[in-house]
Amino acid sequence: MSAKSQSQKPKAQNNMRISGAEAVIRCLLEEGSDLVYGYPGGAIMPVYDELYKFQDKLHHVLVRHEQGAAHAAQGFARATGKVGVCIATSGPGATNLVTGIADAQIDSTPLVCITGQVGKHLLGSDAFQETDIIGISTPVTKWNYQITEAHEIPEIMAKAFYIARSGRPGPVLIDITKNAQFDLLDFSYTKCTDIRSYHPKPILNKEKVKEAAAIINSAKKPLIIFGQGIVLSEAEAELKELIEKAGIPAAWTILGLSALPTDHDFNVGMVGMHGNYGPNMLTNECDVLIALGMRFDDRVTGDLKTYAKQAKVLHFEIDAAEVDKNVKTAVAVLADLKDALTELLPQIEKNSHTEWHNEFKRHYDIELEAVINEELAPTNGKGISMGETIEMINKHSHADAIMVSDVGQHQMFTCRYSKFNQTKSNVTSGGLGTMGFALPAAIGAKMGRPDREVVAVIGDGGFQMNIQELGTINQTKVPVKIVVLNNEFLGMVRQWQELFFDNRYASTVMVNPNFCAIAEGYYIKARKVTKREELDEAVAEMMASKEAYFLEVMVEKENNVFPMIPTGASVSDIRLS
Amino acid sequence: MENKTFTISVYSENNVGLLNRISGIFLKRHINILSLNVSESEIENVSRFIIVVDTTEKWVKNIVGQIEKQIEVIKAFYHEDDETIFLENALFKIESGLLFDERQIQNIIKESNSEIVTVSRKFFVISKSGRRSEITELHAKLKPFGIMQFVRSGRISVSKEPMEISTLLQELNINKY
Repeated sequence: MSAKSQSQKPKAQNNMRISGAEAVIRCLLEEGSDLVYGYPGGAIMPVYDELYKFQDKLHHVLVRHEQGAAHAAQGFARATGKVGVCIATSGPGATNLVTGIADAQIDSTPLVCITGQVGKHLLGSDAFQETDIIGISTPVTKWNYQITEAHEIPEIMAKAFYIARSGRPGPVLIDITKNAQFDLLDFSYTKCTDIRSYHPKPILNKEKVKEAAAIINSAKKPLIIFGQGIVLSEAEAELKELIEKAGIPAAWTILGLSALPTDHDFNVGMVGMHGNYGPNMLTNECDVLIALGMRFDDRVTGDLKTYAKQAKVLHFEIDAAEVDKNVKTAVAVLADLKDALTELLPQIEKNSHTEWHNEFKRHYDIELEAVINEELAPTNGKGISMGETIEMINKHSHADAIMVSDVGQHQMFTCRYSKFNQTKSNVTSGGLGTMGFALPAAIGAKMGRPDREVVAVIGDGGFQMNIQELGTINQTKVPVKIVVLNNEFLGMVRQWQELFFDNRYASTVMVNPNFCAIAEGYYIKARKVTKREELDEAVAEMMASKEAYFLEVMVEKENNVFPMIPTGASVSDIRLS
Repeated sequence: MENKTFTISVYSENNVGLLNRISGIFLKRHINILSLNVSESEIENVSRFIIVVDTTEKWVKNIVGQIEKQIEVIKAFYHEDDETIFLENALFKIESGLLFDERQIQNIIKESNSEIVTVSRKFFVISKSGRRSEITELHAKLKPFGIMQFVRSGRISVSKEPMEISTLLQELNINKY
C-alpha cells in the first residue's frame, strides 16, 4: 500500500537523490531527533556510515548492549515527552531491543526503533544475523513495518513518528533491509498527520463530561486516582485546578507520580500493592472514584471482586480498549485528558470535603506510626534503611531531581518516599517491571534534560543486569548520579519468600563484587557508605559532584516494604506489617 | 458469564503482517480461533476478516477493543449467531465408481442440496454450502461409503443490521484517497 501510493505521487521539484541510509538520517532530523542510542553491526552499517557524515548534526550515543539503547531512549522519552530513538543491527541486535520495546509498550512510551535487516534477496534464507524481528516484535509494538525498498523510507519514517507519539503513545519498530539502505531514492519529507484507519484522539463527547461533572458535584466522598495519562497529555495544571476547586483528595499510580507536587495538601499518596494506607483503604469507602489516565492494573486494584464496589467509577481515558476492561464504569469519558479536563473544569462546583480529607489524615497518621517513622528514622538499632537514603536524597536534591528507579524493593521505597516539585520526574519501569532499566534510562533522562539533576536508584540485583552501561557513562561523561542500595539480596523476592514461602530463600542471596572498584574501573568517582553517620555527607558530596558519581549504600539486609496488599487480596486487606 | 459463539468482523487495510498482529491478540489471551476467513470486502482495497470464537461476551469485547486499536484496522464488530447470516462451504472428494455402484449417493446429493463440481475417471467432488450442522449431516451420510478427502472452509457471514463501516469509509475516502 505504502509502496504503491509513494511511487504514484508525482515527483516533486528539487528532490534530492540520496541513499536510503542518508534518508533515514534526514528523516530523524526532520522529526527533530538529534540524539539517538544504538549499536552498529553488519546489516545497519550503511546507516552508521551516514551517522559518521552527519555527526555534527545528529549525536549518536554508543551504548554497551542494545537493551541499554532501548532503555536509554525510554528514559529520554519519559523525561522530555519527546520520541526516543534507538538503532540496532539485525538478528541479536534487534532481539536485544525486545525487552525495552515491551517495557515501552506497557508503559505507553513513545519510541522509534530502527533495525537493520539482511538484504531483500536473502529474506527467509536463514542468512547470517537474519531474524524475523517483525514477527518477534509484533505483540509488543504499537506498529511495526519492514522496509524493503529505499523509496518507502520517508513515508514510513513519518508514519512511525506520528504513530509513536500520538494518541496513547507507544513503541514503533522499523526494520530496513540492507539493500533499501544502499539504494537511491528521490528524497522529500512530509510529516504524517493522518492515517485513515487510525484515530488517536477520540472526539470528546461533551454530554459524557456533563454527566461526569454532575456526579462529581453531588459526590460526598470523591477520590481521584491519576496515572500517566496526565503526564502524557501534559494536563498537570488542569489536574491541580480540578483538585483544588472540587476539594478532592488525589492519589496516584506509580506512573502518575510527580504529575502533582508531592507536598500538595490534597496529594494523598500512592495506590496499589505497596501504596499508602489511606488511598487503598478509602478506595473501598469513596462514593465516586475518578480515574484519570490510568488503567486499573492488577497491582493497583488487588482483587477486582472487592474493588470499589460501592463507588460510581468515572473513567477519563484516551484508549477505548481500557474502558470497562477491569473495572465497570458509570461514566467513561474517552478523550485526551487535557481536552476532557478543560471541558470539565468550568462545570465543577467549589467544594472542600473537609471531613473526608480528615479521613485520609487519620489513615496517614496510622501509617506514619506503624511504618513511615521507623522507615525514615530507624530506632531499632538496625542498619541504614532504603527509606532514609531516599529521604537524604530529597534533602540534598531539594525535591527537584529526576528520580530513576529500577525494579524491586528500592523502587517501592523510591516511589513512596521521593519528593517531587516538577512533573516528568519519576522514571521507572512500571508495567513490565524490568530489572536493569534504571542505569540506561538514567543516561537517557540526563541527556534529554541536562538542566536537571538525575539520580538513578538501583538495587544490587538490577544494577548487575545492565552494569555494562557504566561504559556508556565513561565514554560520554554524562553526569548521572547512581545510588546502589545494596542489601546483598534480591530483596523483593526475598520478602515474598519470607512472607509467603516460609523463609525458603531460594536463589535470592547475592554474592556481590566490589561495586566501587568496578565503577572506578570505568573511571567513575565512587564511594561506599556502610554507616548511618556517613550518609548525609556522602549524599551531599554526590549531589554536589559535577561529574558522574557512584554511591553504594549498604542497607539493612532483610527489611520489608510495607504497607502491602498480598497478591489477590482486596485493597482493604492492606497489611501494615 | 457463559461462553457463546461470536462472529468478529474486522475491516482493515490489506497489509503484510496484520494477520499475525490480529491472531496474536487471541494467542495472548489463550483463546482458540474456531474459524478464520480473510477476503476482500464491499469496499475497494479494504480487507474483511471473519473470525469465529467461543468465549464470553466480556472477552469478546476486550478482544474487539484490542483489534480495533491496531493501526491498520479500520473498524471491528462482533455479533451473535442470530444477528448474522452465515454459512460455511465444504468439499468432499469421493471415488467415482461409487456413483454407479451405490445409487443412494445420488439421492443423498440431491436431498442435501449439494452439487457435484467435477467428475473424473477416478473421483468426483461434491460441494456443499450451508450451516455447520448441514455439512456435518452430509459428512455422516457419506462417511460409510468412504471419503477420499474432506475440507471445510471458515465461516463467512454478513450482519443483518448494517455496520456503519461503509459511510465511515466514504467519509475517510473523501479526505484521503
